[in-house]
Amino acid sequence: MPQCVHDSKLAQQELPACKPLLTPAWVIAMFILVAAAFVPIGAFALLASLNVVEIVDQYDNICIPDATTNDQRVKHIQNYQTDKSCMRVLKVLKDMKGPIHIFYQLEHFFQNHRRYVKSRSDQQLLKGHASNASLDGCKPENVFNNQVIVPCGLIAWSLFNDTFSFLVNNQSLSVNRNGISWKSDRDFKFGKNVFPSNFPNNYPAGPNGNVVGGAKLNEALPLSDNEDLIVWMRTAAFPKFRKPWGKIEHGLSAGDLITINITNVYNTYAFGGRKKLVISTTSWLGGKNCFLGIAYLTVGGFSIIWAVVFFILHYRSAR
Amino acid sequence: MSYRSTFAEGERAAFQALEMEKTEDWDDKRSRMRKRFVDINYGDRNLYPDIYCDNKISNTKYNVINFLPKNLWEQFSRFMNKYFLLIAILQLWPLITPVNPASTWGPLILIFAVSASKEAWDDYNRYKLDKQANERDVWVVKKGNKTRIKAQDIHVGDIVWLREDDEVPCDLVLLGSSDSQGFCFVETAAIDGEIDLKTRVVPPPCIGLPLDLLHKIKGVIECPLPDKDIRRFDANLRLLPPFIDTDYCPLTIDHTLLQSCYLRNTEWACGVAVYTGNETKLGMSKGLPAPKLTAVDGMIDKLTGAIFIFQLVVVLILGIAGDAWKSAEADKIWYVKHSKKAPWFDFFVIPLRFELLCSIMIPISIKVSLDFVKALYAKFIDWDLQMYDEKTDTPTVATNTAISEDLGQVEYILTDKTGTLTENVMIFKRCCIKGVCYGNSTGDALTDSALKRGLTEKNPDIVKFLTVMAVCNTVVPILSSNGAVSYKAQSQDEEALVNAAAQLRVVLLSKRGATSEVKLFGEIKEYEVLDLLEFTSDRKRMSVVIRDSDTRKLMLLSKGADEAIFPVLCSDQPVRAVADAVETYSKLGLRTMCFAWRELKEDEYTKWSFKFKDASSSVIEREWKMAEVCQLMEANLELLGVTAIEDKLQEGVPDTIETLRKAGINFWMLTGDKHATAVQIALSCNFVLPEPAGQLLHVQGSTQQEIAVSLERVLCTMQISSTEPKDVAFVIDGWALEIALKHHYEAFTELATLCRTAICCRVTPSQKAQLVELVKSWEFRTLAIGDGGNDVRMIQEAHVGVGISGREGLQAARASDFSIGKFRFLKRLILVHGRYSYNRTAFLSQYSIYKSLLICFIQIFIPVMVNVLDKDLSESTVLQHPQILYYCQGGRLLNPSTFAGWFGKSLFHATIVFLVTIHVYANEKSEIEELSIVALSGCIWLQAFVIALETNSFTVLQHIAIWGNLLAFYVVNFIVSMVPWGGMYTVMFRICTQPSYWLTMLLITFLGMGPVLALKYFRFIYRPSAINILQQLERSCLTPSSNLSSLESNLKQTDKDLQSPNLVQADVGNVYEPLLGDSASGSKRILGPSSVEFLPSTPQKMLSNYSRSKIQ
Repeated sequence: MPQCVHDSKLAQQELPACKPLLTPAWVIAMFILVAAAFVPIGAFALLASLNVVEIVDQYDNICIPDATTNDQRVKHIQNYQTDKSCMRVLKVLKDMKGPIHIFYQLEHFFQNHRRYVKSRSDQQLLKGHASNASLDGCKPENVFNNQVIVPCGLIAWSLFNDTFSFLVNNQSLSVNRNGISWKSDRDFKFGKNVFPSNFPNNYPAGPNGNVVGGAKLNEALPLSDNEDLIVWMRTAAFPKFRKPWGKIEHGLSAGDLITINITNVYNTYAFGGRKKLVISTTSWLGGKNCFLGIAYLTVGGFSIIWAVVFFILHYRSAR
Repeated sequence: MSYRSTFAEGERAAFQALEMEKTEDWDDKRSRMRKRFVDINYGDRNLYPDIYCDNKISNTKYNVINFLPKNLWEQFSRFMNKYFLLIAILQLWPLITPVNPASTWGPLILIFAVSASKEAWDDYNRYKLDKQANERDVWVVKKGNKTRIKAQDIHVGDIVWLREDDEVPCDLVLLGSSDSQGFCFVETAAIDGEIDLKTRVVPPPCIGLPLDLLHKIKGVIECPLPDKDIRRFDANLRLLPPFIDTDYCPLTIDHTLLQSCYLRNTEWACGVAVYTGNETKLGMSKGLPAPKLTAVDGMIDKLTGAIFIFQLVVVLILGIAGDAWKSAEADKIWYVKHSKKAPWFDFFVIPLRFELLCSIMIPISIKVSLDFVKALYAKFIDWDLQMYDEKTDTPTVATNTAISEDLGQVEYILTDKTGTLTENVMIFKRCCIKGVCYGNSTGDALTDSALKRGLTEKNPDIVKFLTVMAVCNTVVPILSSNGAVSYKAQSQDEEALVNAAAQLRVVLLSKRGATSEVKLFGEIKEYEVLDLLEFTSDRKRMSVVIRDSDTRKLMLLSKGADEAIFPVLCSDQPVRAVADAVETYSKLGLRTMCFAWRELKEDEYTKWSFKFKDASSSVIEREWKMAEVCQLMEANLELLGVTAIEDKLQEGVPDTIETLRKAGINFWMLTGDKHATAVQIALSCNFVLPEPAGQLLHVQGSTQQEIAVSLERVLCTMQISSTEPKDVAFVIDGWALEIALKHHYEAFTELATLCRTAICCRVTPSQKAQLVELVKSWEFRTLAIGDGGNDVRMIQEAHVGVGISGREGLQAARASDFSIGKFRFLKRLILVHGRYSYNRTAFLSQYSIYKSLLICFIQIFIPVMVNVLDKDLSESTVLQHPQILYYCQGGRLLNPSTFAGWFGKSLFHATIVFLVTIHVYANEKSEIEELSIVALSGCIWLQAFVIALETNSFTVLQHIAIWGNLLAFYVVNFIVSMVPWGGMYTVMFRICTQPSYWLTMLLITFLGMGPVLALKYFRFIYRPSAINILQQLERSCLTPSSNLSSLESNLKQTDKDLQSPNLVQADVGNVYEPLLGDSASGSKRILGPSSVEFLPSTPQKMLSNYSRSKIQ
């Protein structure tokens, strides 16, 4: 035997093999099994979703004077002197168990735009300073008045700044604004010793035409404590998204009236976006989303149909 | 005695016919051609600077300076590589690149570096071999003295001295040899693959020059410029005074010693260098073969091109849409802060970004993994113990590691005969002396008791017969020091005869000058060989005139083919019995040779001898005159008998050929041997079935018209017989082939495509290569197999070249892509390894593209994913490759329609993943990192199940590869999620703790796989292909534990049986793919729903099992 040859089963390609075949019995059993698993799962998922109580209120078109054109709306929102406060009253239709989550929802807002997504410096967010290469990523929102912006980039600059305050049955409702962001972000992504500085939004629009993007940042509050910013900086994959705003720890009962005072300052009018406020309970699957339940039920149903069709075909051909 | 004075046929006989044709344009050319003048022994180089190159041989492809550009140029000649380079260059533009350019440049540079270093290593080895040859010591005359110099320092005009067994360092014209008559012997195996000795002769003016004069000899040789024609050397020699100042002496190839030949049986020889270095005949005909590209590679390149076009369409549509969207919307989305002033190239940015986003449709990893698995196939071939020849200790070696899958697609096998199909060992088996046959009972005349008895009785007929065997030949006996005699012959037949005679105690002891010494039953007899009547292909016989030294009697001994001997016998000869014997022997596949003799009268001989000398010295029509004169002498002979020599077939040849022919592979035999022998061997090794099942059609003739008519007739017969299932083969010789290819190309093409078998005899090495090229030009995959130097060009020309490391040396094996020890290993090489490799590559390439298309479509649907994928993909893709290694027996093939299936599958799966993901991860869950991981893991799950569904046979390795890979994805991502400074920190943990994630995976998997499974099942059961039926059969008749490869070969075998009816209809336009089990075009058309009807053609056992399984 030559030296270079290994007389192993591997080298001789003779490993024991099992060769499954697509026999009718196997395939029909498979489809039945899938149906048997999918239908109950679908039922549970659908049930969970249906039990979620959700109040959605679109306020962008209401919290603005009845202007005729979009241009006027844009002018209104851009004018920082106009009064932008707005009150909404919502009725709870079903009992809501706590904790209840409060989200704001933006539509037609492209947080996934390539230019936008990249415009941040993770290094700066954590350490307060960053290499030039990292800061370059923040363009065009990296310097203001020839000084580095902290936190730099388009995402931070365009931070959502509508504010909400809640009253339930005319009594103030405590909303927990902590814990809405990921703990890992607070601990490892945003620095405890990094404070906003030279942030353009903090300087009112000057004679040089500085465009204010979104929220002002409290220069005394470290980034790791600014949960609104942390939440905002977890960019969304689609133009329609919800971001957590706060949590109501206790439940609400049917018939309760929720009064919300909104300062409607965030400019979604320029690009035709929508703003909504969402108050929702959660289930083991998350918020209200019937897709999984319906999909599972449908797939389970189709599996049964296929199994039957294959069985009939097999039965007929076997005869 | 010229070297053509041989009885034997050998490969060279073929040339004679061709020479006539060539002469015309040769003369024409020569008048125009410049010539080379070689001044013999010019001594002082300083005075006359050398205008010709020195003897430095260089076989290298590159040098230090041109290596990089040349190698890169070669590598970039493939479309795929150009594409990768384009993408890599685009990625250097940071404005548009979504990923880090290093992720493309890294692998790209690695790939190119690996292939470049392999090339460099090969070239370095060639350089080392060259250097070794160049620095060999040779003896050269310098200033009148023999000096030892390096071979590379030989210059044109130097006189080179050689001793016995020396290798000739450059092309020499002989000036002297140790033989008093100026003969010397050379072995030319390195040049033409013929292992017998050739005689070379010193030109007449130089014969008998004393040694010291040879050192001082001066003269001029006028010879043509270097060319590669190893059969022709038309030069003139003129010696200068003080040497015999004759007229020009014409020189032929018989006066030369060519580079790389060996001097044999000659003590010394010397010659003047005429061509040196790379300008020698051998150097001019060499050349590095072009790198071979497999059919699969070609198809992958084509598909890559198609994907590229698709990509361009996508890029254009999306790019223009993107630009339109940008111009309409960009100003409104204030949060993106588009600058008002757009640079000029702004319009291209979005399309180019999409291009880069789409660039992973053709993954760079496909090249890496293909190269890797190809190397592995080659290793499997090297390791295969069933293809290891224990007798000669030769394993099968895949020299070319890149083309194993072409083995699985071979449609034509072009094979050499001598040494490939046959052992190239001639053994004297039987004889018939004066109507008495010996050896019929035992099969070996040497052990026949009747013959032995005849010998002890010294039966005069037998003695005469054996004397002819021993004397009538051109064999050179070599007496070794221990007294044993060995023979060197120009033909194997002669050697076999002389050896047999020696065993029957008629030993040819020596040939000294004209005297042959024979030991006849212990007593030494001397015969004086007066004349030798040469063998020519027209005469088909040779004779010697000898004088018995004791009795002073003159005799003429003749031997030759029966058709050449029978007409020249006396009228009263009992031909009948011998003719019957010839017939019997031929049927047994033995080569026959008839012997005859007569006594000569002294005066008759003297008269004839005068005429003979006259004829042999004539200048015009010498050959014809010689034949005429010989005819005078060779008449009224007395028939002695006939010998039968076995040309032994290699072990397992008929079986191998039969199996491969059943597998739909067509065989062509290309041999330099003569017509009759070729046909005989073809019959005995199942090339052609004997009548009436088979039919041989001969294309022959000596003029263009005759050949045209013959071709027409054969074609007619063929078209008639093609309707009935008959095994038709055509036989053509080199001369007719030349004419047919030149003037009747269409007719010949038609004939060749109609015939599954062809026998081409008397073809030259270049014609062999030409025929391979011809078959290649009809877009068939060819495999050439041979064992000698004369097959090298054919082997290099064919898609797959297989060399047999046999008796004719290792040249063919060295030039080949696969070298095997025995012809029979070809069966396993093609049917097992070729098929495995093909299936695996077809699957691997399509699966790779499916995978990358899936990811790519997802990226187009969810553009932000690229940010995550950039970080994550590199790890997971690297891990995914090992799984493919052990994918086997998919029975898939690679063609545009299967590829369309994969394309559709990837689009379908991408849609599923996209739709499910965006709906489940809507609203508050739509966070980029999380969503990307969800979509990516959806893809990974689908990929794992796709590969599991396509795998027909699971070994432990497959399980590890498929499920281990899925697991590895999670392990890698968990690890990545544990890095606090990484972008993916905690993401994986978060989603894995959500039940919705696992429900999503389950949903994606079933939604993606359910329809695929259902479709596959439906086709498997209700529209089965041949391979599916066989899988069922196999399952019912073989236990699962039996090993995989035997299953595979059984399957293969039956597979072929099923498919063979298809072959008859295969035509040129519809490229038939014989080895493709699951062929959509091939098998389905034939088998389809009525497939069961073909089953009776499978072995009985299979059939019964099948019916049993149906009953169940």
